[in-house]
Amino acid sequence: MVIAVLSGLLVSLLLLLLDFNKRWPAFLVSLYPATLTIYFLSYLPGILYGETLNVSQPWIPSLQTNLDFRLDGLSMLFTLLITGIGTLICLYAAAYMRADPKLRSFYAYLCVFITAMLGLVLSDNLILLFIFWELTSISSFFLIGFKYEDPASRKSALIALAVTGGGGFMLLSGFLLIGSMGQHYSIQHLLSYPPILTNDSLYPLILVFIFAGAFSKSAQFPLHFWLPGAMKAPSPVSAYLHSATMVKAGVYLLARLSPLLGNQPYWNYTLMTVGGFTMLYAAFHALFRTDLKAILAYSTLSALGMMFFLLGIGTELALLSLVTFIVVHALYKAAMFLITGVIDHETKTRDITKLGGLRKVLLPLAIAGVLAALSSAGIPFTFGFIGKELIYETSLAALPFAFLLTAAVLVANILLGYAGFISGIRPFFGELSAEHREVKTPSFWMWAPPLLLAFAGILFGAFPVLSQDLLHQAANSIGASTPLPPLKLWHGFSPVLLLSVFTILAATAMYLFLKPSTSRLQWVSRFENYSPKAIISGVAAKGKQAAASYTHTLQNGYLRIYVMIIMLFLIALICCRIFDHLHFDIDIAALTPIGIYEVVVTALIIVAIGMILFTHSRLASIIAMSIVGYGLCLIFVFYGAPDLAMTQFTIDTLTVVLFMIVLLRLPAFLNLSNLRIKIRDGLISAAFGLLISVIALMVLQEPTNKEISRFYADNAYPLAKGKNVVNVILVDFRGSDTMVEITVLTIAAIGVYSMLKLKMNPSEKE
Amino acid sequence: MNSIILRTASAYLLPLLLLFSIFILLRGHYEPGGGFVGGLTAAIAFVLHLIANGLQKTRSLLRYHPGVFIPTGLLLSFASGVAPMFVGRPFMTGLWLSEPIPVLGTIGSSLFFDVGVYLVVLGVTLTILFTIVENT
Repeated sequence: MVIAVLSGLLVSLLLLLLDFNKRWPAFLVSLYPATLTIYFLSYLPGILYGETLNVSQPWIPSLQTNLDFRLDGLSMLFTLLITGIGTLICLYAAAYMRADPKLRSFYAYLCVFITAMLGLVLSDNLILLFIFWELTSISSFFLIGFKYEDPASRKSALIALAVTGGGGFMLLSGFLLIGSMGQHYSIQHLLSYPPILTNDSLYPLILVFIFAGAFSKSAQFPLHFWLPGAMKAPSPVSAYLHSATMVKAGVYLLARLSPLLGNQPYWNYTLMTVGGFTMLYAAFHALFRTDLKAILAYSTLSALGMMFFLLGIGTELALLSLVTFIVVHALYKAAMFLITGVIDHETKTRDITKLGGLRKVLLPLAIAGVLAALSSAGIPFTFGFIGKELIYETSLAALPFAFLLTAAVLVANILLGYAGFISGIRPFFGELSAEHREVKTPSFWMWAPPLLLAFAGILFGAFPVLSQDLLHQAANSIGASTPLPPLKLWHGFSPVLLLSVFTILAATAMYLFLKPSTSRLQWVSRFENYSPKAIISGVAAKGKQAAASYTHTLQNGYLRIYVMIIMLFLIALICCRIFDHLHFDIDIAALTPIGIYEVVVTALIIVAIGMILFTHSRLASIIAMSIVGYGLCLIFVFYGAPDLAMTQFTIDTLTVVLFMIVLLRLPAFLNLSNLRIKIRDGLISAAFGLLISVIALMVLQEPTNKEISRFYADNAYPLAKGKNVVNVILVDFRGSDTMVEITVLTIAAIGVYSMLKLKMNPSEKE
Repeated sequence: MNSIILRTASAYLLPLLLLFSIFILLRGHYEPGGGFVGGLTAAIAFVLHLIANGLQKTRSLLRYHPGVFIPTGLLLSFASGVAPMFVGRPFMTGLWLSEPIPVLGTIGSSLFFDVGVYLVVLGVTLTILFTIVENT
């Protein structure tokens, strides 16, 4: 299973290396998710009997981070959605983006995304889950910004990354808190005794962090605004990432953690409030949109809100309706996105007010659209109907707020049904406008995937027994334990049926009487200034301004000011710390006696420093500087640090040479400092020098710990076959440090090189 | 700088200094020295040549852009760290030949690591210096 999960990275690397555009048709990439589907399907019978599959491979055992994967009902459900819909998306994209020269990189990103998503739903280790979680954010950043020539596309990709990345950071904090309290990062281990977390005083804090992560990923109010923006992505991406899989990651995470953290008032009420509010807010917003993709985006937001809402209700029935609704939504929404993609591709517009009558030219898609819309509205014999019945049953049973919850769900369902009708049916009926008469039915690969998805929605709806076992197992794996009710088409005459009928009638009535129009869009856009998007972007812009002004003050481009600020800061910081326990008790007799060499060298250094301060010649000051440097080297030699001295010698030599080279190009020596500045600088330097001396004297007070240096001295030869301890430490004992250091050196060289080579126009400088 | 003495001297000093830098690199395991100082010494050798003959001459003497040394060195160091993993030891474990080789002494993976450090330091120093000289 480890290989199956991680294989996507390899496939993506292969895609980048091989030029398949010319030799092989692009749709061969879909073999990858197809193989995964078959592989995971082979575990399906076992899962349906309630088995789970655990695989564990050590990775970083010292950090308790291992490749622990676990396949249970919920993971299976998500895995099949990811790989199954992924296969269709790959086929569809091959036709949809046939002419795109960057198709290869598209597939490469997509494969990374599939890996990330599979890893996310299969990880049993919180840290591993977090890594895959971040990987989905990163790969989706590249997919949203796929048309990177378009500034709007780049901007939405950046917003999406900023929001989900910020949420990811919160999530990591939450996971670390869980790990430090539960002493374990494995979800299974933690589940053995959940009260250890829920009884902790930091439990609310954990919830804040975990919720922030989940809500940002699954686009809940007020962090929802990245999702409509992300519709700049190509349609296959919107279908796959932003409706079927990635945005459900937050729902998956909370569902997975609900046995661990759930069934507490904080948990239930937060989820019901946030989910319920998003559900209604987004559904109302969908009413005002005229862009097909925007309607779909807002109705997706609303559906995600409903999922959190159900999770918040938290009864066993709620969990069953949650997993059912996840499948229902994935099927019809992915189909609708793909249909929208075809419409956009063929007619070059997504404006619902301009589209109509397309059934005459795009018949297979019209069938798919109608089927998907029926499922979204919950017409009997569709899967949507079963999902909706379950949701109403859940909300009616959720005492004591049954009335309120049912009303909220009813309104949301009506609006969602309306949005489904608008996006699935409206483009295909009515009058065909003249400019669309020439539209041709696209290739098989573009209409078959949405049709298949829409048809699956009907199949599962007409024969609920097909999906029942898997859904039961999925609900069981997140805490539902008692026997769950079977999925049925006919529940008999009950309030639930009444609600269903009312929903369908109301949605149909709205569809017939409420036409989408641009005037309503304009009306709602007046409130744009008060939207969370505007507020959060405003805060971000202010933060950027503050950072800029702060940077301009502290780093104004004068090296001398930098040095001064660093010194002042250090003086202030260290003085505060050591002022209260400053006491000297130095045994002068125990120190090494001072010999004639040290006296001479020190005197030389002092004279050289004086010369640097008072000379009027650059050449003289450079030579004086080098005297200081070499003098220090000699002191290193006297006190038995030959390695250090050698390096210092070469460095000093190079510095002097460098100065000499640039010296000739510098303007004449000018005395720019006036007396006041000189006094200021003198005081700061004196204070800094005093501070360093005090620290050096304090170090002498501490009893030296020889244990570490003795270890290296004793083991250098037996373990590393070297007699020069310093060098053995550098290349062997602490070789990884050196490895990183030479990497840093490389980065520094690249920095210097590019800064000096960069010849900016004055207008480009900021 | 136009000085015949310096030019003539640099022609003889360059190989000597380079040899010396390799000597420093190799002796690092038993006595003061090592890749870092060795690389710096080699850089000084080229810088001396640069001062005597000008940037153009040194460039053509080197043939490759000094930046090429950096990834080469990094790769070598990294490879010497990864090599033990192929025989089932952890990253950066020292591997040693059983018999010492004349002149060089016992060869181990840490020697290659040090050679990598040498190359990186040489490359970084020369890249920075050449770029600065070029711009002045």
